[in-house]
Amino acid sequence: MIGRLRDEGGAEVFRLVNERVRLGILSALAVTEYLSFAELKQTLGVTDGNLSIHARKLEEAKFITCEKTFQDRRPLTQYTLTPRGRAAFERYLGHMEALIEAMRKPT
Amino acid sequence: MPNSEEPSRTHEHALSQLRYIRSTMDGATRFTAVPGTGMAVIGLTALVAAALAQAQTTRDGMLLVWVGEAVAAAGVGLAALVLKSRRAGVDLARGSARKFVLALMPSGICAAAVSLALAVHEQTTLIPAVWLTGYGSAVIAAGTHSVPTVPIMGAAFVVAGLAALFVTPQFQNALLALSFGGIHIAFGIHIARHHGG
Repeated sequence: MIGRLRDEGGAEVFRLVNERVRLGILSALAVTEYLSFAELKQTLGVTDGNLSIHARKLEEAKFITCEKTFQDRRPLTQYTLTPRGRAAFERYLGHMEALIEAMRKPT
Repeated sequence: MPNSEEPSRTHEHALSQLRYIRSTMDGATRFTAVPGTGMAVIGLTALVAAALAQAQTTRDGMLLVWVGEAVAAAGVGLAALVLKSRRAGVDLARGSARKFVLALMPSGICAAAVSLALAVHEQTTLIPAVWLTGYGSAVIAAGTHSVPTVPIMGAAFVVAGLAALFVTPQFQNALLALSFGGIHIAFGIHIARHHGG
């Protein structure tokens, strides 16, 4: 079933989004305008290194953008969901809902 | 055998992913529910109210000005909450935002009822302390569904309320100005700068 959905929705997108931390980043950014690195880390309960690695992968896929500025002379990294990222997230959500729906239907 | 278990595992995986998405979204909205800018505006209206209250010749007149300010502040706060939630795409009727609003109510309603009783029994010198401790308690309760700054702000109001129990009546207006004005402005600016507006 997942295999069929992957083929229909794009295996690459599925692989990227299906990982927990990356899915968490997209989910958190889907309901906020932007989140700082610290806020994302607190929300997801992950380490700096883990968050950095997964955020970079999403950046490379152009699913999120990263803006680095300074606040009170301290570096501030903020992430925003791109339209492409939102579309991928919604597509993934649709896949998961379709899976559950398909399992509920009597065979 | 493994093949017959696969649909069940797939179903479990999908359910688990959806649960994770929902809980993450809920957690992320903690950063968006409280309107810092709105709170700073409430602080400014409180300073205006304090000046008007100071000009009153009677204690009842002073308290009535503050009641008017409470109504105005509730309107400003609600409008700011709705605007910020809309901008961030957060549904106020669900998740942390809903919990935040509901948590404000018990202490707020109790403080209003006790204030009314004190006014009926002509014990008006205690009313500012009831307002401040009641509002502070409401903010602490609501703050458990928000960023850590919010319960700290609530605690500041409770401390101001406890102080109001012991200051002489002529200083109560200044204490209301300092707390409803100063605390709202200081924490409002902080939240606006660090938590998305």
